[in-house]
Amino acid sequence: MKVERLHRKNNLGLAGWIRGGRYGLERYAYTLHRITGLGILLYFLLHIFATSSRIWGPEFWEKTMDLFEKPVFKFGEYLVFVAFAYHALNGIRLFITELGFGMGKPQRPVIPYKNAVRRQRPLLIVAMIIAFVLIVFGGLDFYLLGN
Amino acid sequence: MNENNSTKNTTTVIFEILRYNPETGEKPKMQEYNVQVYKGMTVLDGLNWIKENLDPSLVWRSSCRMGVCGSCGMFINGYPRLACNNQILKISNKKLQIKPLPNFDIIRDLVPDLEGFFQKHKSVKPYLIRKDIQEQNLPTGEYFQSPDELTNYIQFAYCIKCGLCLSACPTVATDERFTGPQALAQAWRYNSDSRDEGSDERIKAVHDEIGASRCHFAGACSDVCPKGVDPSFAIQLLKQDFFLKTLKLRKDEKETHVIPTAKKYVPNPKIPEAPKPTVKK
Ligand code: SF4
Ligand code: FES
Repeated sequence: MKVERLHRKNNLGLAGWIRGGRYGLERYAYTLHRITGLGILLYFLLHIFATSSRIWGPEFWEKTMDLFEKPVFKFGEYLVFVAFAYHALNGIRLFITELGFGMGKPQRPVIPYKNAVRRQRPLLIVAMIIAFVLIVFGGLDFYLLGN
Repeated sequence: MNENNSTKNTTTVIFEILRYNPETGEKPKMQEYNVQVYKGMTVLDGLNWIKENLDPSLVWRSSCRMGVCGSCGMFINGYPRLACNNQILKISNKKLQIKPLPNFDIIRDLVPDLEGFFQKHKSVKPYLIRKDIQEQNLPTGEYFQSPDELTNYIQFAYCIKCGLCLSACPTVATDERFTGPQALAQAWRYNSDSRDEGSDERIKAVHDEIGASRCHFAGACSDVCPKGVDPSFAIQLLKQDFFLKTLKLRKDEKETHVIPTAKKYVPNPKIPEAPKPTVKK
């Protein structure tokens, strides 16, 4: 007798970006890269909307500008800067690695295995240090030196 | 399980295993078993013990029990691993949660459906392609290859098609169609083989919108691979090669030559002759 078989879907979906195991740093860098990318895109859309609000007359423009002076938006703007700093620096690392550089050469697989992800990790760390410095200085500029 | 193991020092480890029966189609549920674990016991040994002593209905896939066949990939304590390649006590001495590999359909209990995975593997033409078919089919000799040329690809040739890398991949998690680390690594295994001439033929399968360019180098595949294949590295090399060749910054490889088989065999006088066979044919 033929039994109907019901395979069950088991795709991790979006949860797979975040959850799904204890992997190396790069996998989390991947998720953060996507989130910051989407965040910057969202900002970009908002930015176009804000600057184009002038077409609804000077009053509307003034109002939007006042709105964006609020601390929440200022913090939001800083977040965009943070996202940008991360995305740019990690992006440079990805440029280098996705073109196959900075990862050494194929080797005979001898236990304990070493992989290219480990070999390029210094790049990630340097990129993150620079991003961190940018974020700190950006914060100083936003809140202390600016205005 | 042999008897003398029970006399050894053992620890009780709880196995929490996902159960799914395709005939009822009910939602998968977790079931617990207590297993007496001795030092050196692998996860696969534990499953075998459960099947023999507690629950004969438990289903999984395994064969070689030594990390060669690639059939026992499972999601063990939140990490894709081979059941036969991991000792229980090295993972945990309290609880082991075992689920089928994510990103594959579940056929039953711990058995993932690898059909699509093998299809992806086939799609990249994972075999030696030569322009001179005549020579390939009726060889007059051997293709030359130096040890350095061998090192170029040998690590990628170690793949046992276990599917762990696809389970770890965040891109596969959201896009089932993505060719995936295993197949792309195999494409590079053949592209980088000095004897192969099929890179052009593979371009369509490898560099389409669900191919190598979907990889964003999360690197999880290389971390989980039990054979040191380093698939993420292979994919980046694949991209590099495509990029450099498109911009004409890298020349096409030289053709490998065929070494004709020696006509007359002259034995080396320094090597003693093999002893006479003791068993008659
Ligand atoms: S590349 Fe590694 S993890 Fe992926 S299928 Fe092959 S052996 Fe398994
Ligand atoms: S049983 Fe063959 S790899 Fe585990």
